[in-house]
Amino acid sequence: MSGSVSLRDRLNVTVRDIPRSGIRDFFDIVSTMKDVISLGIGEPDFDTPWHVRESTVFALERGVTHYTSNLGYLELRRALTKYVRKAFGPEYNPETEVLITVGVSEALDLALRALLNPGDEVLYHEPCYVSYRATILFAHGKPLAVETRAENGFRLTRAMLEAKVTPRTKVLMLNFPNNPTGGIMSRADLEGIATFVRERDLLVITDEIYGELTYDAPHISIASLPGLRDRTIFLHGFSKAWAMTGFRLGYACGPAELIEAMMKVHQYTMLCASSLSQKAALEALARPETDIAEMLEEYRRRRNFIAGAFADIGLECHRPLGAFYAFPSIAKCGLSSRDFALRLLQEERVAVVPGTAFGACGEGFVRCAYATSMENIKEAMTRLARFVKSLKP
Amino acid sequence: MDELLRILRSNALESHEAIARMLGVPAAEVAERIADYEKRGVIRGYQAILNEDELELDKVTAVIEVKVTPQREGGFDTIAHRISRFPEVSSAYLMSGTYDLLLFVEGRTLREVAAFVSERLSPLEGVLSTSTHFMLKTYKRLGVLMHQETTDERLSVTP
Repeated sequence: MSGSVSLRDRLNVTVRDIPRSGIRDFFDIVSTMKDVISLGIGEPDFDTPWHVRESTVFALERGVTHYTSNLGYLELRRALTKYVRKAFGPEYNPETEVLITVGVSEALDLALRALLNPGDEVLYHEPCYVSYRATILFAHGKPLAVETRAENGFRLTRAMLEAKVTPRTKVLMLNFPNNPTGGIMSRADLEGIATFVRERDLLVITDEIYGELTYDAPHISIASLPGLRDRTIFLHGFSKAWAMTGFRLGYACGPAELIEAMMKVHQYTMLCASSLSQKAALEALARPETDIAEMLEEYRRRRNFIAGAFADIGLECHRPLGAFYAFPSIAKCGLSSRDFALRLLQEERVAVVPGTAFGACGEGFVRCAYATSMENIKEAMTRLARFVKSLKP
Repeated sequence: MDELLRILRSNALESHEAIARMLGVPAAEVAERIADYEKRGVIRGYQAILNEDELELDKVTAVIEVKVTPQREGGFDTIAHRISRFPEVSSAYLMSGTYDLLLFVEGRTLREVAAFVSERLSPLEGVLSTSTHFMLKTYKRLGVLMHQETTDERLSVTP
C-alpha cells in the first residue's frame, strides 16, 4: 500500500474537492508568530456573563450530565420562544417548532440536509460566512452565489436575486447582520426580498446569529414579515450576543414539518445538544437585556473608533451597522487581499482576514473584527496607518 | 448616565481624541463637557485603582458601622459631614438597616485605627455606638478584580 495518494483517491469527491477554509489557512500562519494584535477573531472578547458560568457550574454539581430529549429541554424551548417573539417578532410553538442544536453551524447543516435533493439550488449572498458554500455542497445542493457590494452597504436586493434565480432554485439563505461585512437590511430591503421569495415559492434559511448586535438601526428578521414565517427556518444561538462560543449552542425555529425533518437528521447524527450548555442557555435567557446592553455599547464605541480611523488612514469603508466586523476596501493599496494581509502581518504584526476567505468577491477587502480591546484596536490602527503609508510610492 | 461618564469611569486616562471618536463627536466637545462636569462637581477627581495587597503597605483598613442620633436640624447630614472630614475616613455612607453610617477608615496600625475610634469617633456628640471590622484581603474593588490574570483563550484567527 503506498501512502496518501491512494487514500486521497478513496475520499468522497465532494469532500476531497472542497478547499480548506481560507481562515484556517491564515490561522496556521498567524499562530507561528508572536506579539500579533489580531483583528482576525470572529468571536467576542468578552467573558461569558458570570451568572451563566456560575449556574453552569451549579448544573454540573447537580449532575446535569445526561442526554436530553432530541429537541432539547422543553423548558429551554419555552424560554426561547418567548425570547424570539420579543426580540425578533415571530411566534413558534415550543413543543414542535423549536430544535436546540450544537451551534448555528449544526442547525444550518440540518436545515440544508432536510430540505435539499441532489442538484437543488441554494441562493446565498457573498461575501459570507466561510461555511455556507461548503455546507450546501455537503448537502448535495448547488450553491448560487449572489455578490453584494460595498457601494450598496453589502445589502441584498431583489434585482440581484432575480439575475441568478432559476426554476431549480429551492432555498434562499440569508445572513444579516452579516459576517464579514457588518451589513444589515432595512425593513424595505427585506420586503423586496420577501416578495421575491413568495413569488418564486422559495424556502428561506436565515442565520441571524448577530441579530442583537446592531448599532444605528434595529435588526429586522425576515421571519417577522407577512407570510414568511411559514416558509422560513430561523437560526439563532448564544455564541455572539452572550459571548458563549465554546458552549456550542444554537437553535432553529420554523414550521413543525421542517423542524421535524431536521430533528430526524439531528437525532441520528447528534442525538442532542450538550445538557450543560442547554442549562447555561436557560440561565442566559434570564436577563438578556442587561447582559447584552453593556457589550453592545462597547462594540458601538469600537465601531465608531475603527470607522473613524479608517477614514483618517484613507481606506474606504462602508459604515458597519451590525455584527462586530468592519470590511474596508484596500483596493487602492495595489495589493491583493491576501498579500495585503500577509504583509501587514509580517511588517506590523497585525492580523486581519483577507476578504477572499469569504468568497471571491471579497477580493480588494479585508475583514477587521473589533471584538478586541480598545487598547488593541488603537494600536492596530496606528500600525495599519503606518503600513498603508509605507505602501504609497 | 451620560456615556462619556461611563467611558471615564472605566478608563479615566482615555484621551479626548479617542473618546471623541468612540462617541462620534468633535474632540473639543469632549473637552468642554468634561470641564463642565468638573466645574459642576460631578467629576470630583481621578485616581488609580491599586492592588494594595501587592504593595505590602503599613496600612490597615477598618469597616466601621456607626449608630448615631440624627440632629434636630440637619438630620444625619451634620454628624455625617463632621465624621467625613477626618482624613482617616476614606469613605462614608448613610445606610438603611440596623446602623446608620458605614465608614471605611484607614490607619497605619490596628492600634492607630482603634485609637481613632475610641478617641475621635466615639466621643463625638450624637455617636451612640460603633462596631469595627478589620479588612483582611481585597478581592475586588471599584468593579475591578484584584487577582484575575488576564488571559485570552481565543484562537488568533477564527471565522
